[in-house]
Amino acid sequence: MRKEVLLGDEAVGLGAIHAGLSGVYGYPGTPSTEIFEFVERMARKRGDIHAHWSTNEKVAYEEALGMSWAGKRALVTMKHVGLNVAADAFMNSAVTGTNGGLVLAVADDPGMHSSQNEQDSRYFAKFALIPCLEPRDQQECYEMTMEAFDLSERMGVPVMVRLVTRIAHSRAAVQVTETPREQNPLTPDKDIRKWTLLPSNARVQYRLLTDKQPELARLAEESRFNVLDLRGKKGVIACGITVNYLLENLPEDHDVSILSLGHYPIPAGLVKRLVDHVDEVLILEDGYPFVEEMVRGPFGLPQATVKGRLSGELPRTGELNPDLVRAALGLAPHDGTREPERDVAGRPPALCRGCPHTDTYRALNEALEEYSRPQVFSDIGCYTLGALPPLEAVHSCVDMGASIGMATGAAHAGYNPAVAVIGDSTFAHSGITCLLSAIQQGTNVKVIILDNDTVAMTGAQQSMATEETLDRIVLGLGIDPEHFRLITPIPKNHEANVQVFREELAHDGPSVIVARRACIEKVKKQGR
Amino acid sequence: MEKNLILAGVGGQGILSIAFVIDNAALEAGYHFKQAEVHGMAQRGGAVQSNLRYADHPIHSDLIPSGRVDMVLSVEPLEVLRYWHMLAPDGWVVSSVTPYINIPDYPDMDELLDRLCSGERVVLVDAGKIAQAAGNLRAQNMVAVGAAAPLLDFTDEQLLKYVRALFAAKGEKIVQVNERAFAYGKASGLFFRGLVDGGVPARKALDLCRRLDPATVDPELAPRWAALHRDDPEAFAAVLAHPDDVPCDRVGAPAA
Repeated sequence: MRKEVLLGDEAVGLGAIHAGLSGVYGYPGTPSTEIFEFVERMARKRGDIHAHWSTNEKVAYEEALGMSWAGKRALVTMKHVGLNVAADAFMNSAVTGTNGGLVLAVADDPGMHSSQNEQDSRYFAKFALIPCLEPRDQQECYEMTMEAFDLSERMGVPVMVRLVTRIAHSRAAVQVTETPREQNPLTPDKDIRKWTLLPSNARVQYRLLTDKQPELARLAEESRFNVLDLRGKKGVIACGITVNYLLENLPEDHDVSILSLGHYPIPAGLVKRLVDHVDEVLILEDGYPFVEEMVRGPFGLPQATVKGRLSGELPRTGELNPDLVRAALGLAPHDGTREPERDVAGRPPALCRGCPHTDTYRALNEALEEYSRPQVFSDIGCYTLGALPPLEAVHSCVDMGASIGMATGAAHAGYNPAVAVIGDSTFAHSGITCLLSAIQQGTNVKVIILDNDTVAMTGAQQSMATEETLDRIVLGLGIDPEHFRLITPIPKNHEANVQVFREELAHDGPSVIVARRACIEKVKKQGR
Repeated sequence: MEKNLILAGVGGQGILSIAFVIDNAALEAGYHFKQAEVHGMAQRGGAVQSNLRYADHPIHSDLIPSGRVDMVLSVEPLEVLRYWHMLAPDGWVVSSVTPYINIPDYPDMDELLDRLCSGERVVLVDAGKIAQAAGNLRAQNMVAVGAAAPLLDFTDEQLLKYVRALFAAKGEKIVQVNERAFAYGKASGLFFRGLVDGGVPARKALDLCRRLDPATVDPELAPRWAALHRDDPEAFAAVLAHPDDVPCDRVGAPAA
């Protein structure tokens, strides 16, 4: 057996390749990005795996579903909030069912290291009535992904592999197979009714999906990824990586009964065996209290005391760690444990020196001064950092594309000037439809597209709509060419750029200003 | 055996390169390891850290429990303060004293160095100066690896193999710069400890290290410098006040 040093993300990617992957799809998003990038690097060497970023997660999911329809194995990757974007395709793909194996690798971000929320994707798997695998370590990232493809093909449903930041972005040595599986041949699914969710067909398909549930539950009960170890009267249910935090705090000859979960739906039989055996059960989950809510039930569990995020032994929000689990177990802190230093100067992330966004924001701030600095709606990307001092140029960040939609709504309410700032890739992802609405409604919004020619925040991936492509899209949406302006955000253009902003702020109607200069990180990367 | 390291620095300083070298050395040495790192938004000039654990037994948690950290290895002095509360009672700080100032409220440098010097188990090196002497300011991270090497569980060859692997694609010159940075960093760290163990106060030991020509630093000479400090403090002070770099072998005699 060979050993490779891999991030959890990379182990998922390699597992997919060794499972006979034919295509990887996705949109960049921390902490999921490296799954795709790993497959992309390997695909470049091999040449027989499709690997190209998609415009957004929904597109990625649909492309993966098409690959599955054609009988081949597809992996689709995204961060947790990306699954909201893909949700329509995702939910319905469970109803159509799959042909070639379809695995969704979604990376949640408990603690919000690089996200707007910490939603737990296990609810989405339950919502769609599909299995979810949750690895404990990098080795399982690899093995579970391989098995997820088999499970998908066996049951005819998509399978979710759910990661959290601490496994996605942690490295270890992984033993990998010497005999990867071959790719599937092209075998398109001829069952037209299955794929045509007209109500009459959809009712049949939905019944087929619900009929699969007892078998999916049985597979989870018998899964090697759900491990019950009955010992003393104190019990713990540990989901995914949290079992590591638990074992870190226990001696090898401990007396705790442990159910370690890695395969959902929640195996009710195993849970019952544990709770019947113990007096109290502590539930550890890096995410929402998903299992805890189920075990606790609305009326409480008669046979055992349930502890966890809902009862206060663990914090309701945020990422777990060995220290929090230690406290929840009632163990004393390690010797010498001290409080963190107070008053250490913070070092928040910031726009890079020489970043084009800084020049755009300086000009925008100056142009907006005569309007008593109104709120500027912004979006998701590096440019969100413009919210922080010293620029404090933007004042919202909600979801991909929300800048334009919210500015439009604010304008409808009479807010003026209604200004939106969005990056080129975010615009391609979810801004185009918002701008089309605003223009066709004739709404008085000022949309500034920061075209830095890349998806900067996640490591300079290719953007779908930049330069001429971007210009043609914007013009195609129906903007008056006189109010489609282009600026180059460099310090020496400052006065001229302020003037462009002033002119468009004075215009009563939709305007689009493209601020175009390549990301300096991308330029550096290309130079290497 | 179990070693728990927090690697610290600022986004862009090459923390993940340090992790690459130690991860692979650990694998080659037959140890188990886990190494959690930070990607994404925090990397943009913000504080970054990585939890790196290796052991001769399987490791459970990717994150190190508080009070169990054996070493904070930092490429930046302020960043030490963010993590040193997690040190075990016998844990070490190995840090560069070259500041990375990208915030308006960066603390007073003298006060910061005094705080770092107040620790009992510290190794301080001027990674900026040493990296420059090695041939490239960007090699500060490999200076830090060199300074930490005597406290880790690998041969120099095990570490240097992956220093070379890391930079191989950038050409032989860059590889050599980084090998030199490692060697100078190791020598400077050992020299600093030699001074402190010989009775020189940490702050003065650091000041002397920063006055010496990094290419000439030889840990074997530390006892002689410590003796100079003890026996002829004025001569020692004169070296610190010398305007140029002093070769390490001119103990107490900065001028040729």
